[in-house]
Amino acid sequence: MTSTEITYAWAINHAMDEEMARDPRVVLFGQDVGRMGGVFGVTRNLFEKHGPERVRDVSIVEHFVVGGAVGAALGGLRPIAEVQFADFLLVAGDESFHKLPKWRYMHGGAFTIPVVIRAPSGIQGGVGAEHSQSPEGHYWHTPGLKIAVPSTPADAKGLLKSAIRDDDPVIFFETRRLYRVKGLVSDDPELLVPFGQASVRREGTDLTVVAWAGMVPEVLAAAEMLAAEGLSIEVIDPRTLVPFDWETVAASVRKTSRLLIVHEAPLTMGPGAEIASRAADELFVELDAPVRRLAGPDVPIPQNMALEQFCFPQVPEIVAAARELIRW
Amino acid sequence: MTANPHAHEHVLLQMLRIREFENRVQSLFSDGLVKGSTHLANGQEAVAVGMAFALHPGDPVLCTYRGHHHTIARGLPLESAFAEILGRATGCCGGKGGSMHLTDKSLALMGSYAIIGSHIPIAVGAAWASTLTHDGAVTCCIFGDGTTTIGSFHEALNLAAVWRLPIVFICENNLYSEYTAIGDVVPIEHPAADRAGAYGLDRIVIDGNDVEAVKEAVSLARERASAGRGPSLIEALTYRHGGHSRADPGDYRPREEVELWLSRDPISKYADRHEVSTQRLEQLGAEARDEVDRALRKALAAPAPAAEALLSNVWSEESS
Repeated sequence: MTSTEITYAWAINHAMDEEMARDPRVVLFGQDVGRMGGVFGVTRNLFEKHGPERVRDVSIVEHFVVGGAVGAALGGLRPIAEVQFADFLLVAGDESFHKLPKWRYMHGGAFTIPVVIRAPSGIQGGVGAEHSQSPEGHYWHTPGLKIAVPSTPADAKGLLKSAIRDDDPVIFFETRRLYRVKGLVSDDPELLVPFGQASVRREGTDLTVVAWAGMVPEVLAAAEMLAAEGLSIEVIDPRTLVPFDWETVAASVRKTSRLLIVHEAPLTMGPGAEIASRAADELFVELDAPVRRLAGPDVPIPQNMALEQFCFPQVPEIVAAARELIRW
Repeated sequence: MTANPHAHEHVLLQMLRIREFENRVQSLFSDGLVKGSTHLANGQEAVAVGMAFALHPGDPVLCTYRGHHHTIARGLPLESAFAEILGRATGCCGGKGGSMHLTDKSLALMGSYAIIGSHIPIAVGAAWASTLTHDGAVTCCIFGDGTTTIGSFHEALNLAAVWRLPIVFICENNLYSEYTAIGDVVPIEHPAADRAGAYGLDRIVIDGNDVEAVKEAVSLARERASAGRGPSLIEALTYRHGGHSRADPGDYRPREEVELWLSRDPISKYADRHEVSTQRLEQLGAEARDEVDRALRKALAAPAPAAEALLSNVWSEESS
């Protein structure tokens, strides 16, 4: 099967297009996803191809985008719901923290909820405190939700296809900074990227760095610079946080004896704390240096780009932290 | 409700089963056999029974945390309901949901909830699904007067009307938003019906203690939805005989008001209208009590869930 070089956004579009063609139960809805093709253009052409019944524009109504998806799933559909920004998902707090993850459990397993919520996240430049967050940790703290955090076009497509075919609810975080990044993506409509299987983005022996979504390109750039100094970095992209491929991380740390976690979400109670804690617990004797986290600062994200640039770990910081851990 | 003379007794018996069930649930809580909370529907039986007679099999129903009456009227076996409230493995949710989440998928009871108003978007989503699966079902969504001040109510009603979805909304207006008189917190007399016009819907107010009026209104609304003419919003006036939850005696309500509504009791109202003698009504009551007691005995004898049940039902594949 051939591959084509397409953008991350277009890979997401193809995943939806193929799955909608494959399964008539798959529907897409959200604000401006229809005629307009999505606020970031990710759903372009789907309205024309799959029709207004299956690609639906809604009013400004996040409660319904998430709650209605639960109901549509109860009614036998496999809905993909888009919120324009991951930040807006918090408007539907009850629906995303209670209904989506709990409807199955609190009814004793009577229902399956095959819902995908697509949530564009992360800092993109100048859109401020309510359009820039990376809230994956909130959802990781909520039992009953699967979480995808793709960093490449190929993974975005393959993971979204897996998400759509999954019988459990998935929050699918799309990194807006990556929408225009291109990569080779298989044209095979049956090529899925399974959940719970990390990708080793770069092999190395001196330090393990775990990063996902928009931080993967930054970490890879740092690793490249460190290689010039003779330092060998292993970069692990978990690709999904739930389920989390701990085995791949643990095997890497057994090899490198050092672990750095890099994420965009704020440091305190961020997702890195969970990974660091587990490493301290299970890999204590393997470690030759403290487990370190690099993350966004504990502040709301300012609109001003001169300040915003400090709100996620930058390549020089990653390089410095890596050097320090390797020389510990 | 039909030409069959025994049909009256069947309707009465349904309401009496609910009444007796609720009385037993109250005792179970008072006796400390169940922990947590429960929200009883004594006095509101006619809404549930009228609704159940109007709906078709397979019509999805989403009801509230005060939902024993809706689920029982829809056919939930009493033993299954008791077992759930008692936290037994044989309960309709395996003992994980409790009083506020009674459900039974095989009866198209699609779940109940404990956050006010949060099931309305879910019900609208289910109704949307029917337009794509063409299953011919009409979704029924029941909520209380207090729900009408929550955003979800307005948001979901708006889309249901715009999309002309096959759904019937029933507001059980029991005059109290938990412990607060609804009149104190909304600027209109009818919290649901007076807002219907905002969504292009008819203003429908019915006597929710009149089981026949409920059945008629829901049947008409169902017919309309089924014919592709969109949703209806029915406000059914009724009254809680008790307080909001198990520990609440409802003392904040004026005595005259309580007495007035007790005199409008849906069971005696229906019995009087159909000239069912006091003696016969008592016999039917005893029949209902017996059935309830038998169901309760079985539920009490059922085992609690095994400890490993704690971790099941989070994921569709247990190995996830």
